[in-house]
Amino acid sequence: MQNTIVGIEIEALESIEQACDSVALEQISIRYLGRKGALTGFLRNISSLPEDERPDAGQNANILKVRLEKAIQAKQVEIEAEVDKDFQGIDITLPGRFTRRGSLHPITQVAGEISDIFLRLGFDIAESPEVETDYYNFEALNIPKYHPARDMQDTFYVSENIVLRTHTSPSQPRVMEKTKPPVRIISPGKVFRCDSDITHTPMFHQVEGLMVDKNISFGDLKGILTTFVHQFFDTQTALRFRPSFFPFTEPSAEVDICCVMCRGAGCRICSKTGWLEVLGSGMVHPAVFENVGYDTTQYTGFAFGMGVERLAMLKYGIDDIRKFFENDIRFLRQF
Amino acid sequence: MKVSLNWIKAYISVDLKPSVISEKLTMAGLEVEAVEEKYDYLDHVVVAKVLEVKPHPNSGKLSVCRVDVGSDQELQIVCGAPNVRKGMLSPCALEGAMLPGELKIKAGKLRGEISQGMLCSAAELQLDSDASGIMDLEEDYKPGTPLNEAMKLSDTVFEVSLTPNRPDCLSVIGIAREIGAFAEPHQKLNLPLFSFPEDKIGKESIHAHARVEILDPDLCPRYSAGLLFDVKIKPSPFWLKERLETVGLSSINNVVDITNFVMMETGQPLHAFDFDNVAKGKIIVRRAGADTEFKTLDSKTHTLQPDMLMICDGERPVALAGVMGGENSEITDSTTRVLIESACFNPISIRKTAKITGIATDASHRFERGVDPDGTMNALKRAVSLMAELCDATIAEGYIDANPEKYVPTEIELNAQALNIRLGTDFDADSIKWILESVEFNVEIINNTKLIVGVPSFRVDVTRPEDLSEEVARLWGYDNIRTSYPLVPAEGRRLSPKVSLRKKIRQILTGFSLSEAINYNFIHENSCDRLNLAEDDKKRNVETILNPISDQMSVLRSSMIPGLLETMKKNISQQTSGVRIFEIGKTFHATRKGALPEENEMVSGLLTGNRSEQTWYSKKAEIDFYDLKGVIEGFFEAFLIPGLVFERIEDQSSPYYQKGYAAFVRSGDVLIGSFGKIDSRVLKNFGLKQDAFVFDFDFNAIQVLLPDSVTARLLPKFPSISRDISIIVNRAITVGAVLKQMEIFSGNEPLIEKIFLFDAFEGAPLSEGKKSLSFRIIYRSEKKTLKEKNIQKIHETISRMLLNEFDAYLPELL
Repeated sequence: MQNTIVGIEIEALESIEQACDSVALEQISIRYLGRKGALTGFLRNISSLPEDERPDAGQNANILKVRLEKAIQAKQVEIEAEVDKDFQGIDITLPGRFTRRGSLHPITQVAGEISDIFLRLGFDIAESPEVETDYYNFEALNIPKYHPARDMQDTFYVSENIVLRTHTSPSQPRVMEKTKPPVRIISPGKVFRCDSDITHTPMFHQVEGLMVDKNISFGDLKGILTTFVHQFFDTQTALRFRPSFFPFTEPSAEVDICCVMCRGAGCRICSKTGWLEVLGSGMVHPAVFENVGYDTTQYTGFAFGMGVERLAMLKYGIDDIRKFFENDIRFLRQF
Repeated sequence: MKVSLNWIKAYISVDLKPSVISEKLTMAGLEVEAVEEKYDYLDHVVVAKVLEVKPHPNSGKLSVCRVDVGSDQELQIVCGAPNVRKGMLSPCALEGAMLPGELKIKAGKLRGEISQGMLCSAAELQLDSDASGIMDLEEDYKPGTPLNEAMKLSDTVFEVSLTPNRPDCLSVIGIAREIGAFAEPHQKLNLPLFSFPEDKIGKESIHAHARVEILDPDLCPRYSAGLLFDVKIKPSPFWLKERLETVGLSSINNVVDITNFVMMETGQPLHAFDFDNVAKGKIIVRRAGADTEFKTLDSKTHTLQPDMLMICDGERPVALAGVMGGENSEITDSTTRVLIESACFNPISIRKTAKITGIATDASHRFERGVDPDGTMNALKRAVSLMAELCDATIAEGYIDANPEKYVPTEIELNAQALNIRLGTDFDADSIKWILESVEFNVEIINNTKLIVGVPSFRVDVTRPEDLSEEVARLWGYDNIRTSYPLVPAEGRRLSPKVSLRKKIRQILTGFSLSEAINYNFIHENSCDRLNLAEDDKKRNVETILNPISDQMSVLRSSMIPGLLETMKKNISQQTSGVRIFEIGKTFHATRKGALPEENEMVSGLLTGNRSEQTWYSKKAEIDFYDLKGVIEGFFEAFLIPGLVFERIEDQSSPYYQKGYAAFVRSGDVLIGSFGKIDSRVLKNFGLKQDAFVFDFDFNAIQVLLPDSVTARLLPKFPSISRDISIIVNRAITVGAVLKQMEIFSGNEPLIEKIFLFDAFEGAPLSEGKKSLSFRIIYRSEKKTLKEKNIQKIHETISRMLLNEFDAYLPELL
């Protein structure tokens, strides 16, 4: 009987080796391992063997069964690999059934990014009207009528005392009139100036910021704005604070960043200065506090404002501000 | 303002490099926008030695010279100057030089003789007014040396952009003072000295000839005047012309130049009158009152407002105070007696006059910002002394100094501790004193924290302690102030619901492949007409901009639709015919006159072009109403807004939609907005041909309808079964009506989970006027797996109900 097992093994392994496709292999499997297969038959007949031969014969047959199964499986893999070698499949270069996403306006994206940075720093978002009274747009901010500072912003008027806000700063007195310190807000929105060329559109966006509390210092203003610039651009971006003038802050500072295009070497974007003006800021002028009834001996605060288009132009390398409002789909889809 | 370094050096010794000065001025708040080397135009002008002079063969006046310009090759130059001689040293402009007056030097032939450059006169090089011959350089210069190097010609012009709070720096002295503060130790200014030689002072007193009366002291606190006789009007000396030209002023004549020079030097605008044309020798400062017209010295006639401040003589106005003099009293070549005005005017009054008349002068620019209230006499004396010297004039003895409103010096009590809190610094009183004194503040230390600061008269911008904190900060250097971080409680507040909602709307609509647009808030004044709005439409209550950029942008939008249609048009003109856009923005409706308009936030959008293009898997197909409706259904589903109703627009409220192709969207009694197909006439008004589908929703309505919270439902445990019903009805019966009936029915039938239309069909083999509608009903029980027998009765009842209710019949089985 041992011979028979050996015979089955030699014969079976040889035919497995020679099988050339899955169908042949399947038949071999049936021939030896199937219900009526040779090995199955052998196992069934073990009971007819002398009692002392039975254990060995059974064990050998089972070992062979496992070996044959493995051999068949290995051959199957081999055959499949052989078949796959020539298999073409589908043409995956055929274009897919394309689904286009819509895109958010780059100004929305950049304003959102700015807001998110300040939200993480604990600022709230406060909004105020786009059409403003002369009082909130100017007077409350220490810009009286006939002050030369009114020349800094060309104003659209809808009546003698109603203007399209020229900056988001009216949100400062509006918020402070309603809230006691501490105040920590930003106010994003549209602003309007009577100006139109490659670097000016009559409407653009700003984000205003205001923080008022006891002991808020110019050093803190530097800290918050440095944090902002480092998050918006990167931590390698150098800043400088340069004295300037805004009627509603004292001291006032323009914030320049090291040109993000040339890294300070001087290029067309920064007019060869190496610096880009990105923010206006300062310590809130006591006259503004007086207008909203804040105690100037107790509280100090800082305010800042930035142009969203300006930052978006730097971020995306856009050289003409008017592109933002042409709404050319090809432009919008890039962002 | 332009200012030259050499001029600055007249008042202060400074040995900093121009680039350092520029940087330091900028960092002190006086932003330097440009730095120019004045003598850059002398590039390619070198010292030349004339080796030989021969007459020109074809011209009696010209000479042909051989010159040494330091290179290996000698040059041949044709020269017309009478003083050219062998051995002389003279400047030579070589090929490539660009001389003043855009004169480009090229090699060429002059009357047949080669000329390889130009020997120059002092006038040609703008170094002096002498044009009589070429410059005779006497010193022993080496040929070939660049002329500016040889003559040590160097000047730098800074263009300083000044903020409106610093009128004191609208003067060379003002800027020199700031530069003096950079030096260590601080440099004090050397102010110009006046000289009044005995022989120049006449016997006659000014008071015998002239009188000044200020009738409106609120607009003119001070008016000083000086008088000169025997004035000779002539060109200014070269140095004066040069000073003015360097800072961008052109020379007129000696008298006018002196007034400009002193203004640039001190910041005090002056005006010179031809005293012979000042009637009765009287100057009266008053409001225009009854005078209605005035001709300024640029020959333009201006209409006066009664409130404008005028300088008048004994009979009539002779100047628009602080803005521009009159033609009737201006300095001419025949002027011999000159009255110089040095006054201080109310800034607001000057600004109003300048705005209304549309005149902006160097004088009005300074007066609007505020001149030194104590500076009139100083500038006057400076001008008088210069006129005595440069106009051969005799000075009338004495001055007039009408000063009804005396200047009171400002004193500020400064608390060092408050200053340090404001800045985040720790200056002691001595440091603050040291810093403030560098720009001429007068500081008295009372104790460690208290200082009394006297503000110099020219610093009209400094009135309170916070202003002094800025002075300290800017002079110390903002970059030297330690960066710190505010300590605040870690309390937070909820994000405003509007902000979150906008974010979500944007997320959903971009997910539906709409791109976000931002249109201007202003639209064309005829936009309401173009939308075919009725005469009494509320949207016609627009706010009009009084000073628009153009007609295109002259009213505030009362509807988002014109902007969307314009965007569509722009894209189509760029060959982009498929546009899917939305915009979140405000519309404006006028309320009472003088009150703020109503601002409504809207969510609107537009679809146009093809739903699908010609591809391997799809055919080209145009967008229709149901594409838009699908977007809107998906949009509201995302917000879980309950009880949404689409209601056909029957009234005239939205005439920009094509009749029968538009709907209102409501939930309960809240009107959310509308959507539909744009009427073809409106399309035409906007220059469009292609169908456009628009939605226009009220942002606040959506916000009001948002559910307060979302609770998860249990998912069903048992499978559902579905059954279909097809009916044939009259074409006029709407799907909505049928569905509504089915919903009423299913309201009482808990096993019906959902009913929806899956097919709608018209045409053969159905008879005319009929349509077939097919609905699928999903049945499900929460308790068990349903079997046919459980639903059979319900399904039959609902079928029967439909047949009865809508006079419908079942399709014949084919």
